[in-house]
Amino acid sequence: MSMRQQVLVLYLATSALDADVVGWSLYDGTGLTAPTAGDSDKPPYTSGVHALEDGWRLFQAAQLIPPYPGHEYDVSFLKHEFFFEKLADTGVA
Amino acid sequence: MTNTKLLSSVQMAHFVARGSLRLDAVVPPELNVVGIETLRAGVPGVPYGSSVPDAYPEGSFVRLLLQIPEVAGALRSLVGPEPSVDHHAVHIREPREGQAQPLHGDAIIDVRTDAFDVQLMYYPQDVTLDMGGTLSVPGSHLRRTNESDTGRYQNLRGQSRLVCPAGTVVFLHHGLWHGGRRNDSDAVRYMFKIRFNPTVRQLRLWDTSDLGDPRVAAELSTTFPWYEQATGRLEIYNRVLLWRSLTGDDSFDLDHWVSRVSNRPERQAV
Repeated sequence: MSMRQQVLVLYLATSALDADVVGWSLYDGTGLTAPTAGDSDKPPYTSGVHALEDGWRLFQAAQLIPPYPGHEYDVSFLKHEFFFEKLADTGVA
Repeated sequence: MTNTKLLSSVQMAHFVARGSLRLDAVVPPELNVVGIETLRAGVPGVPYGSSVPDAYPEGSFVRLLLQIPEVAGALRSLVGPEPSVDHHAVHIREPREGQAQPLHGDAIIDVRTDAFDVQLMYYPQDVTLDMGGTLSVPGSHLRRTNESDTGRYQNLRGQSRLVCPAGTVVFLHHGLWHGGRRNDSDAVRYMFKIRFNPTVRQLRLWDTSDLGDPRVAAELSTTFPWYEQATGRLEIYNRVLLWRSLTGDDSFDLDHWVSRVSNRPERQAV
């Protein structure tokens, strides 16, 4: 059995972990799948908590950083980014 | 002057909200045949800032493309008469090509609030979902990000995965997040892109006879499923500022978003 990390990144509608998913990315260390940009229109989970319920382990959440003075109305990257992991078997002995 | 079909205010508002405007099958089939042949042969580069007549001689395929009334009208409405050609590029996606482009904005971060470039994208053939038509994110054009720094984002709710009939032309605001998707089909996919720079102030360049149509405000109020709740409000704020710039109407607002936070009365109480 050879275990590798799978990483799920969820972007949520607010800073709460139970908020709705607005964006997502997957990276697969087993090499068994090759997720890429624009490969799905359907989120894998409805919320961050929904991913926890399926066994994903949260290991990083975006900090809440106040806007820089003078840039309060700027829009840029998505703010509410959560990183999850699972360990998965590569199927290789 | 070329026959043109200018955009309406409702269409312009649609562009300002989404960062793109799609014209389905505006190029006739016989010209699409020439288009594919032209793209296969390659389109030689032109110097930055070339005029359209200098870049594309009369009678050439690209000139004919730009003379289609819907295309000419949209271009004039968005960037005005006599725009200059920034650059152009032929994009060819080979069958079963394994990698999608990371989500990106073209060139470098571009934070102009009172001017914008447009990118014309032309698709000479039917594009099916598995051919990997351009991925784009509606309403992402006002985000201040640099090129492929957004590459971490694979999928966003409400994203657009282009599926279109042959002869479709799409105009993109320079800031729109987009990328070529992986071609999982057995067909070669072609796309031709031209970036245009305005040479006049972008002020009421379209057919403004419907400026008061309630559908203008409705278009400008559109929110997209990938917007976070709080930042989505800032999107509307920034959109109002762009519409004010394009119309010259500094009193325009949606749901009081800009007026409220810029209210600093100077009148003394009596």
